Amino acid sequence: MPKTLAEKVYDAHVVRSAEGEPDLLYIDLHLVHEVTSPQAFDGLRAAGRTVRHPELTMATEDHNVPTLDILSPIADPVSRAQVEALRKNAAEFGIRLAPMGDRDQGIVHVIGPQLGLTQPGMTIVCGDSHTSTHGAFGALAFGIGTSEVEHVLATQTLPQYRPRQMAVTVDGELSPGVSAKDVILAVIAEIGTGGGQGHVIEYRGSAIEALSMEARMTICNMSIEAGARAGLIAPDQTTLDFLAGRPHAPQGADWDAAVEYWTTLRTDEGAVFDREVHIDAASLTPYVTWGTNPGQGLPIGASVPDPAQIPDENERHAAESALAYMGLTAGTPLREIEVDTVFLGSCTNGRIEDLRVAAALLKGKHVDANTRMLVVPGSVGVKQQAEAEGLDQVFLDAGAEWRGAGCSMCLGMNPDQLQPGERSASTSNRNFQGRQGKGGRTHLVSPAVAAATALTGRLTAPADLTDVPAIAGA
Amino acid sequence: MDAFTTHTGTAAPLRRSNVDTDQIIPAEYLKRITRTGFEDGLFSAWRKNEPDFVLNQPQYADASILVAGPDFGTGSSREHAVWALLDGGFRAVISPRFGDIFRNNSTKAGLLTVLLPQADVEALWQAIEAGPALQVTVDLQARQVRYGSTSIAFEVDDYTRWRLLEGLDDVGLTERHLADVEAFEATRPSWLPKVQPALPA
Ligand code: SF4
Repeated sequence: MPKTLAEKVYDAHVVRSAEGEPDLLYIDLHLVHEVTSPQAFDGLRAAGRTVRHPELTMATEDHNVPTLDILSPIADPVSRAQVEALRKNAAEFGIRLAPMGDRDQGIVHVIGPQLGLTQPGMTIVCGDSHTSTHGAFGALAFGIGTSEVEHVLATQTLPQYRPRQMAVTVDGELSPGVSAKDVILAVIAEIGTGGGQGHVIEYRGSAIEALSMEARMTICNMSIEAGARAGLIAPDQTTLDFLAGRPHAPQGADWDAAVEYWTTLRTDEGAVFDREVHIDAASLTPYVTWGTNPGQGLPIGASVPDPAQIPDENERHAAESALAYMGLTAGTPLREIEVDTVFLGSCTNGRIEDLRVAAALLKGKHVDANTRMLVVPGSVGVKQQAEAEGLDQVFLDAGAEWRGAGCSMCLGMNPDQLQPGERSASTSNRNFQGRQGKGGRTHLVSPAVAAATALTGRLTAPADLTDVPAIAGA
Repeated sequence: MDAFTTHTGTAAPLRRSNVDTDQIIPAEYLKRITRTGFEDGLFSAWRKNEPDFVLNQPQYADASILVAGPDFGTGSSREHAVWALLDGGFRAVISPRFGDIFRNNSTKAGLLTVLLPQADVEALWQAIEAGPALQVTVDLQARQVRYGSTSIAFEVDDYTRWRLLEGLDDVGLTERHLADVEAFEATRPSWLPKVQPALPA
């Protein structure tokens, strides 16, 4: 029977299946961070269990880490205790940890691909919903809760039910200034935050095939915002080119054996999806969100919607409370919304390519006088690469802040937070109430829109930037 | 985890959709490394900023069943959301649709999540609002939600139901199949990546 890509990866990892029970799925790689793991390690200790495969487990510090002064102890005692708990647990159970200051430290979903640990056909889990990011390589990667973290630590397996299959096909060519972030924001606006519930989404079509690995990661990353647990893309030459030579990628004869297997990882002709969605790439423009869930997004040329026009009662109430929280009036053109802060970073858009796109727009110009811009690379590796390319200097010359690696203002568990009532344009993935700081208001945007917005101080598409003056002498 | 068989209590009508786990418990409460004591974080922003938020109303203060709009528990995978609901006195949540990871987490920690169609949720909201002392029963044994003269069947797969009824934890169940895990491990290709030994800098 013809199978989808996700079904192939799933089937290849079934350890045991029995009528009336969930399948037991083998997990190839388990990523761990400080927030969702302490109770899992405590559980192991309480039951006298060990970590079954420390060599298939990798830990990093990301959520709590300050992005300034990272070699001093963390000032917040509660954050510090959480990071220290991870260090103690990693040492006790023999797990490789990339702590602050380590060359491999960074956001968990940035370092896996960077190190070549993320490879096609693998099953990858992490106590973090954006584990879907790794699906960009044709891996089946999904977020789990802390009880499941404990289960994987103890057994290297997870009980799972077979997911339903969805295909999102994006054909055609993206216009200049339109990026992967705009594609996924458009997908979520189309199918809604619950649209992918119970499904794995495979992204396909000519527009997806044309994307870089970084861009594919941006798309798969936000599958969870469409309600899906995982998103994936079939591996191809772009995938192989990205992987070759990475520290943990196979080499020599192993590489050839791996590639032979990886080339089988595509959806068979005639495989059936439970749901299919088609998007015309040429029709897309930059997308921004106006509300408090990622499905509340519109093309940047649109205006804040009028809740009274929304027929569905739930949606109408949600829009009303979103506008109240966001401090927005129906009918306001999105381009007129002024922001205080621009955040460039996160596991969605904190990779080198994202920084390059933003730097190209900022080069020789200056961030708006009333706007601050925070640039937070996704990992130490990204930071070093950016510095080698001189991007840090471009950001600094433009008046932006160049920070250390971590989750930072994506969720504000560290000191990088919005103040109540402050408004941001953010390249992260969640515009939930209070996500970036209590009372903070978030508009999700692409790196290009973030940079353009930083220059004008209001939501701006890169194509609008015709009259921003260059810095004198630059 | 505690077993769940049947529970009767009062219910709180949370007339909101898309209640993400950041609302159930904001990130600042996730820094704790214990598994209990999260009740102060439960819906903390809404409890603090919205005087008429449903859980601020005295008639719902003792509610142990939460009846929410669609897409409850979307977003972050934080199991702390489930722990906060349990710590806050809830034993069951009813909604037309749940975030996948939240639902999974709830079954691991002994919080019952019940899927009911929107129309049934709406009727239940109205009944609760008409009489907040209304006793609502969530019966996992019989797979029914009951209140007044109304009885609504809900679906739950046999395996999850059995685990919840018995209060069984998954790790122990999986350990019964260790031989299968070992047999599978013997077939894994050798080129699959290992995190360790650490590579030279
Ligand atoms: S960057 Fe944001 S979404 Fe990504 S792992 Fe960190 S907190 Fe989660």
